[in-house]
Amino acid sequence: MANKLIGEMDLHKRISNIFAARNIITAKDALSMTEFELMELLDVGVNEIQSAVRLISQAASPPCLSARSLMEQKVENEYLSGHLPTHLKGLDSALCGGIPFGVLTELVGPPGIGKSQFCMKLALSASFPKAYGGLDGRVVYIDVESKFSSRRVIEMGLKSFPEVFHLKGMAQEMAGRILVLRPASLSDFTESSIQELKESILQNQVKLLVIDSMTALLSGENKPGDQRHQQHQLGWHISFLKSLAEFARIPIVVTNQVRSQNRDETSQYSFQAKLKDGSQEHTRTYDSHLVAALGINWAHAVTIRLVLESKSGQRIIKVAKSPMSPPLAFPFHITSAGISLLSDEGTELKGPGINNIHARGHSEMINFNGDCS
Amino acid sequence: METSTLPLSSSTRGKLISAGYTSLSSISSVSSTDLARDVNITEAEAFEILKMANHQVTGSSTSLINGARNAWDMLHEEEALPRITTSCSDLDKILGGGISCRDVTEIGGVPGIGKTQIGIQLSVNVQIPSEFGGLGGKAIYIDTEGSFMVERALQIAEACVEDMEEYTGYIHKHYKANQVQLKPKDILENIFYFRVCSYTEQIALVNHLDKFISENKDVKVVIVDSITFHFRQDFDDLAQRTRVLSEMALKFMKLAKKFSLAVVLLNQVTTKYTEGSFQLALALGDSWSHSCTNRVILYWNGDERYAYIDKSPSLPSASASYTVTSRGLRNSSSSSKRVKMM
Repeated sequence: MANKLIGEMDLHKRISNIFAARNIITAKDALSMTEFELMELLDVGVNEIQSAVRLISQAASPPCLSARSLMEQKVENEYLSGHLPTHLKGLDSALCGGIPFGVLTELVGPPGIGKSQFCMKLALSASFPKAYGGLDGRVVYIDVESKFSSRRVIEMGLKSFPEVFHLKGMAQEMAGRILVLRPASLSDFTESSIQELKESILQNQVKLLVIDSMTALLSGENKPGDQRHQQHQLGWHISFLKSLAEFARIPIVVTNQVRSQNRDETSQYSFQAKLKDGSQEHTRTYDSHLVAALGINWAHAVTIRLVLESKSGQRIIKVAKSPMSPPLAFPFHITSAGISLLSDEGTELKGPGINNIHARGHSEMINFNGDCS
Repeated sequence: METSTLPLSSSTRGKLISAGYTSLSSISSVSSTDLARDVNITEAEAFEILKMANHQVTGSSTSLINGARNAWDMLHEEEALPRITTSCSDLDKILGGGISCRDVTEIGGVPGIGKTQIGIQLSVNVQIPSEFGGLGGKAIYIDTEGSFMVERALQIAEACVEDMEEYTGYIHKHYKANQVQLKPKDILENIFYFRVCSYTEQIALVNHLDKFISENKDVKVVIVDSITFHFRQDFDDLAQRTRVLSEMALKFMKLAKKFSLAVVLLNQVTTKYTEGSFQLALALGDSWSHSCTNRVILYWNGDERYAYIDKSPSLPSASASYTVTSRGLRNSSSSSKRVKMM
């Protein structure tokens, strides 16, 4: 809607010509300026500008839906009411049926914890026929770190869905639906290739997009210390991914690496130090713990964040951020069939500890008991 | 008063000044025909200018200032203002009874702290009928991030209806005549949902809301989740961003006053380097932080979620704990006192 042409709105001919003469062609051009700036630039009186802005706004504003019709649409139009099942029972019920369509879901965890395993399993279940709980569609798998293994995917399929995979030709068909892309860095993703990707997703029955990992995609080309630049680039991709998920109505799953947190990065507001002085020194002693590699801007953008960690030898998957689920933690292990939960009853975690990421070996050394406030 | 204070286009203003009409009093003393001839504009335009000039002159010269009201009247008006409960009585208490109408309230916090939850909760709670001490209004939910989950809204609406039923059961123990009319489906029906996909759409929608709310009566809360997202991603020129944002903030303010509704803006956080260390702060910069009337920051304190009133012209700064349960926002004490609807 942002690129709607002003010339095609119901503006008075004279006014719309003035807009065109000043090279204000789209709604975006016009609304990026304040009314006062427009008045200066176009040399038109305040009343005319106001009515013009009103008309442009009306034409460019998105349509209204009631939440009820939103729900009815979801139930009617989308298979499984808009969720891709993970085939992990406890997790599926916590997430109301699985990874939801139309939003970004993020997996964070230390290396080797099973993020790629999780992604491969998801790719497999999205490609499955509907009769077996899949989405019966193609999968685009952007594999930045070259971790995708077709052998492993087929193994997982054989082990976890033997009744399907033993049908003749099924393995080939299923694996044939997973399209793997291996870009080296962000520079491979120019505007045009992304546009191409978008079109092919919309046209080719693609039901899942996986990016493993987002961090590698971005860090491939950034010079250190170029923070501002990185932020900006990231911003552009966040918007793009979110709108893609939204319009294609598909789930998008991205993985994120971890890094250790620096000493002077506190997670406090300035008023908190004033509230209680004691706690600050307390937190300062925890010098390094792991945090998600992409910063807070990114963390705001993802709708669901699943943290995979290992704590005293036990692998745990946690629902760290989700608009519909309580903060739950499930222990899991990795078998030849992929990830499976040890128990479908999650333990509910209290506090910000849900966001902490433990890694094997680190956990004995640093005991910060989920306290980082 | 000078001519340049009039909201005119620059060419008209130039014409006026070059024709010698430099002050407002010089304009207001001539007739529209003379003005039109002198300045070489149409009579209709001249008439408009005269109207503006006269308005400005009379506005400032009479003894009592135009459009002003005295503080006593304002006090009465404010006391009568309804507030929207958050379903967490501790939080309501520090907010002076809930989110106040006619104000712009900004709520910010780290990812996963429960901003969207508060947004959904408020869009349900605003519909609590007046028999239960609510507003019986409707809600507009502007979703810029795509994080509104209709399943979650249904959960919260169901819990809200249950609470109301329990409450009627408590009051009217002997007769069951007064049933709760509101159904969870109706609650969802009264949430107007807008999905905004770019900052242009966001600006356009805010401009358009005036008309939308005049057409759809009873909208009592506008929730923007989040105000930040698009402005953080695709704006290069930060000065321009500040200007556009402050214009938007003014429009929200205007909406809040005109329709006496509550505007709730959810904001993200960023890290900011102050006094030698990095600290969390709400996004969009310093000049933005002036533009909201109330500002509430959500944060983790140990294992509990807390809300802190960072800025408010009428409330003392205070903090209160809350939890997010499957039924929605509630008090954090484990005994879980029932939320009073009155």
